[in-house]
Amino acid sequence: MSRGIANYIVGRFLQSVMVLWVIVTLLFLLFRLAPSNPMASYIDTEFTKEQEQALLARFGLDRPLHEQYVIYLINLLKLDLGDTFHYAGTSVIDILRADLPNTLYLTLCSLLLAYSVGVLGGIAMAALRGSRIERVGTTFTLMTRAAPQFWVGMLLLTFFAFQWKLLPSSGIGPAVVRYRWETEWDKLLSPIFWRHMILPTFTLAVYLHGLPLLLMRSNMLEVLDQDFIVMGRLAGYSERRLMIQYAARNAVLPVLTALTLGIGYSIGGNVVIETVFAWPGLGRTLVRAVQSADYPLAQGAFFLIALIIVIMNFIADLLYSLLDPRVGASAQAQIS
Amino acid sequence: MQQEAMVRGELRGKKTVQFRQGSALRQLWETNLEVFQRDKLALLGLFIFAFFTLVAVFAPLIAPNDPLTPLKDANGDWIKDVVPYWMAVPGEDEAEGYVNTFHLGTTNIGRDIFSQLIYGSRAALLVGFSAAIAVAVIGTVVGLLAGYYGGWIDTLLMRAADVAFGIPFIPFIIVISAFFDPSIWNVVVAMAVLLWRDSSRVIRSQVLVIKEQAFVSAAKVSGASELRIIFVYIAPSILPLSFLYGTLAIAWAILTEASVSFLGFSDPDTISWGYMLQDAFNSLALSREAFYWIVPPGLCIMLTVMAGFFIGRGYEEVLFPRLRRM
Repeated sequence: MSRGIANYIVGRFLQSVMVLWVIVTLLFLLFRLAPSNPMASYIDTEFTKEQEQALLARFGLDRPLHEQYVIYLINLLKLDLGDTFHYAGTSVIDILRADLPNTLYLTLCSLLLAYSVGVLGGIAMAALRGSRIERVGTTFTLMTRAAPQFWVGMLLLTFFAFQWKLLPSSGIGPAVVRYRWETEWDKLLSPIFWRHMILPTFTLAVYLHGLPLLLMRSNMLEVLDQDFIVMGRLAGYSERRLMIQYAARNAVLPVLTALTLGIGYSIGGNVVIETVFAWPGLGRTLVRAVQSADYPLAQGAFFLIALIIVIMNFIADLLYSLLDPRVGASAQAQIS
Repeated sequence: MQQEAMVRGELRGKKTVQFRQGSALRQLWETNLEVFQRDKLALLGLFIFAFFTLVAVFAPLIAPNDPLTPLKDANGDWIKDVVPYWMAVPGEDEAEGYVNTFHLGTTNIGRDIFSQLIYGSRAALLVGFSAAIAVAVIGTVVGLLAGYYGGWIDTLLMRAADVAFGIPFIPFIIVISAFFDPSIWNVVVAMAVLLWRDSSRVIRSQVLVIKEQAFVSAAKVSGASELRIIFVYIAPSILPLSFLYGTLAIAWAILTEASVSFLGFSDPDTISWGYMLQDAFNSLALSREAFYWIVPPGLCIMLTVMAGFFIGRGYEEVLFPRLRRM
């Protein structure tokens, strides 16, 4: 790895840290200044005097704003996000720790499905360019991107869960079963869990497959235009070999960058699907926290989602620079 | 949703927009004309918007009932859970003491679904168009200033865009609605605060190209002020790009408003399609298989969002001619 790229990575990393710092500061200001009472962000009216005193000291809520800010940053670094209002004594981080895996399973599975279908579909659309099938296929994909996710989820629920009673309608499993899952592995090895995951995964994939498909299609068409493909054609390679071995390999790289970005943004966008299917993940926790004015939990869930997005944006930048060396070079020119 | 625009921005940023000659307004007019002449789907999108605009404007004349008032029958009971007249058993309505004139039936508390659908177009278009204007104006101005001035102004604005890219969009609206009264304007404000990030990056990169061109240097030499150069000489060339991002913003805004209303963060006194779907979901319309309630609002959202996508695609093909052959 050249020094240019190393410099670029360090620069990008510092920039991501700065972005995160600004977001965290905005979050601090939003949650301290917006509620009528600044303490409302941490202290519920139902807390006892002792709990209140303990929280006052822990977050320095009796001190001036700038000292509170420093304490807030230090607590964040220690991953101390406060206690929720609703199960007094439960820390926000414990709740989020339980939610995060569920959100990740759902997001990663649907992205995997969507990007497999999308990449293959994109190759097919490029191969069939100009045909009727291609026009119908692309229009259909545009339609799936325009359909609200929660509505697609509602329709699938009506058919598969209520009318045909094939699949469960909500949650990750009945309480009796959940009780027996002591570790994440127990959950992942349980067929009941996977059965509950089918509908939400499929609903998300219906929406998510559009981006890789359209991206793959236009990348393919761009690559197919290039000299080495023309050369290959002149050299007598079969169209199939050109398509898959030469064009698709080159066209898929930007789709991988999109996938990395997609992980971050899907976790932010899953809010709606998790609500439709009562999926116990980060998004649903955020919605419920806001609905019940559980400020510490809402703040924590938002922070975690933003953290994931910033990390994924950083990784996508790295991938982009590794896949396209010109980015690293121009970045070096900018830094020096 | 923004990932698409972002990826697109990165990829398309490399391709150069085709510039036109002639006065600013004529350029814009010709671009628009070309978009809708060339692309039948874009024209269809325009018709869909026109149709729903008419529906929204004349909603009180079209809707047979008030969308919010529960209707009552002769006995004073709510006319609830009534199926559309074309699905109903004949004579059932008279036996119950009301006349079934409902195109799409009634809700679980006796509100007319068809009237809600008609009034719902108002919220969708209001949010769609105001968010589009906000996103296009902010994105254009930021892109122009960052691209033209460069230096610390550029750095500051583009780092702000980086921050905007790090903030999750729908969670941001949800958190905002924790502190402000529920209103459809929360969506517009959140979009204005966040979604300029895509358009400003692309517009900035185009401004970098345009400002090196001869007519800009000529304007400088002839003593035009900087603001005049930016807004009179450079801005017209990138206005079609602002239009492109504006139309896409209409689509995102309608989709986002629907999601936020569905999650229950909208004003319950404003009927929107997302609110109707939330109402249906919470009243267990799914288990009753009440398709006449679930399907129409979703179709309306899909149609209006597609209209935005179609017009956006039409602009792209005219602005980025390389795509045309594809």
